Amino acid sequence: MKKLWNNKDTRRNLFTYALVIIAFVVVQIMLGGGMLGYAAKGFLVPVCVYISLAVSLNLLVGVCGELSLGHAGFMGIGAFSGIVMSVVLQNLIPNDVLRLIASMIFGGILAGAFGFLIGIPALRLRGDYLAIVTLAFGEILKNVFSNLYVGTDANGVQFSFSASGVSLAEGGKMILDGPVGATGITKLATFPMGFVLILFTLFVVLNLINSKEGRAIKAIRDNRIAAESVGINVTAFRMKAFVVSAFLAGMAGALFGLNYSSLTASKFNFNTSINILVFVVLGGMGNIMGSVISATVLYILPEALRELEDYRMILYAVVLIVVMLCTWSPKIKGAIAAWKASITEKLSLNKKKGVGNNG
Amino acid sequence: MQLIQYLINGISIGSVYAIIALGYTMVYGIAKMLNFAHGDIIMVGAYVSFCITSYLGLPAVASIVVAMAVCMLLGIFIEGLAYRPLRGTPSLTVLITAIGVSYFLQNAAQLIWGTAPKNFTSVVTMEPLHLFDGQLVITGEVILTVIVSAAVMIGLTLFTSKCKMGKAMRAVSEDRDAAQLMGINVNLTISTTFAIGSALAAVAGVLLCSTVPTLQPTTGSMPGIRAFTAAVIGGIGSIPGAMLGGIVLGVIETFSKKYISTDFSDAIVFAVLILILLVKPAGLLGKQTQEKV
Repeated sequence: MKKLWNNKDTRRNLFTYALVIIAFVVVQIMLGGGMLGYAAKGFLVPVCVYISLAVSLNLLVGVCGELSLGHAGFMGIGAFSGIVMSVVLQNLIPNDVLRLIASMIFGGILAGAFGFLIGIPALRLRGDYLAIVTLAFGEILKNVFSNLYVGTDANGVQFSFSASGVSLAEGGKMILDGPVGATGITKLATFPMGFVLILFTLFVVLNLINSKEGRAIKAIRDNRIAAESVGINVTAFRMKAFVVSAFLAGMAGALFGLNYSSLTASKFNFNTSINILVFVVLGGMGNIMGSVISATVLYILPEALRELEDYRMILYAVVLIVVMLCTWSPKIKGAIAAWKASITEKLSLNKKKGVGNNG
Repeated sequence: MQLIQYLINGISIGSVYAIIALGYTMVYGIAKMLNFAHGDIIMVGAYVSFCITSYLGLPAVASIVVAMAVCMLLGIFIEGLAYRPLRGTPSLTVLITAIGVSYFLQNAAQLIWGTAPKNFTSVVTMEPLHLFDGQLVITGEVILTVIVSAAVMIGLTLFTSKCKMGKAMRAVSEDRDAAQLMGINVNLTISTTFAIGSALAAVAGVLLCSTVPTLQPTTGSMPGIRAFTAAVIGGIGSIPGAMLGGIVLGVIETFSKKYISTDFSDAIVFAVLILILLVKPAGLLGKQTQEKV
């Protein structure tokens, strides 16, 4: 046990789990005490979803070193397939929680499968070109969702890419209606489920990072050619990271989809992908706890600034630029370090003076 | 005849993409960054031109000149304030800062001009040409767009091959440190690149809004992404490539809207991008770089 505690990574991971569990308990107590307003309750599930998305994207961007600009596409696959699944399973699994879990798993598997299919061509490219291809796939997926018609009736599920393609029998129900999106969704998502999703995501990602596979993935990030020359199968490991990331994004997407009564494809656009990427970068690439914290803070920040109305997004943009400059610019970092040093010097001088006076 | 009509329309919209793509490609070539705020500079340019013509009542040509000047200053200002301090850091950090700048510009425009779309009056007053008994209609906007983009490309090619500053740009894009050692002022060169790219974005904004007359704070984002795609198709960093990519993209977009499906035109455009990158990973006219071990 002591040996386990001495391992820096393990300690850090345990701390991450502890942080999430404590946050959950605190929020539950606040909910019980009626301390959260209607609006604040509305954020709970999306915050959980975005934390999971940020952690899963961090696996790809931070650990694997591949820039992806299409994460919202996988989220969208999970959301829409999860919604369809929840309707299909309505009679089969009457229990809401089990149905939600089944829908999330289905959403995850489908997103993972698409991740694999997209990965085959995309992972042949590297760097900025891979980023562009993921952006393109994200846009294609969004375009396909907004033209997808899915309906269900006594005969089963039908889907088509045109409105006339789905002809339902008496008593049938349209689940996805092209550009209108999904409407009349039964809201199954709950905050505890979001909490479980975060724990599951953390469990998968942290265990992957600290395993043999994870070390191989990090080796590929740091030096692809060196990794290849010691016998690491670069394509297979990049694919593994890509598919796991897509799978987790799909699960989060399914939870997200089942949290609203209606949902359109435009929700899963380029801006959403970018927002998740912002969470990852500001939280620190490869730093899982950083992703958890930054996703929470940055999701709540614009909502908390709502009183400022029109100025809030401008403020968000300024905060984003300033934070990036302060954390990365060598000049500004140097200036901050010099300022800190001068303060500590002054403090120590004062202390010395104080000691002198007393003596 | 219909085919030719669509081809002309495609080339026209493609020329606008090409002008925007030139800005992307030059900035990428020299600063090695994906400047996602470029699309929003288009929007700023269009708004400035709109204000000059509708509020001050000045002629269209004056509005374009002012819009170019404003965008030029804006480009230099953004580069100096937001991108220059991050030079030498991982490209992802500059990308996120560019996204911050993009949010800033969109929301600032929303504060200044409101969310309601403005109706942009076309800067072109020429009557449309009717050829072959009216079977083929070429509007003044189409002619102007094609001429302007061709002129811009020729001008830029001459500039980068003959001018001292242009040669400096090529040197910086090839090897920044070596260029600095040869006495090239790298900061000035990069600022100039941003100035030229932003001025071109202003021109593109005016041309775009003359063709599609609605102007709102998000006007620039979709053409921005399209033009970025065009730059990649042509080979990012290559000036003739940006032109070719823009026109290829415009023609594919128009044809797929008319002949395949209006709903899936986005998907088709991006699928073409992926196909091209699979066959030629550095784009149509891009240079394939060999990785050294």
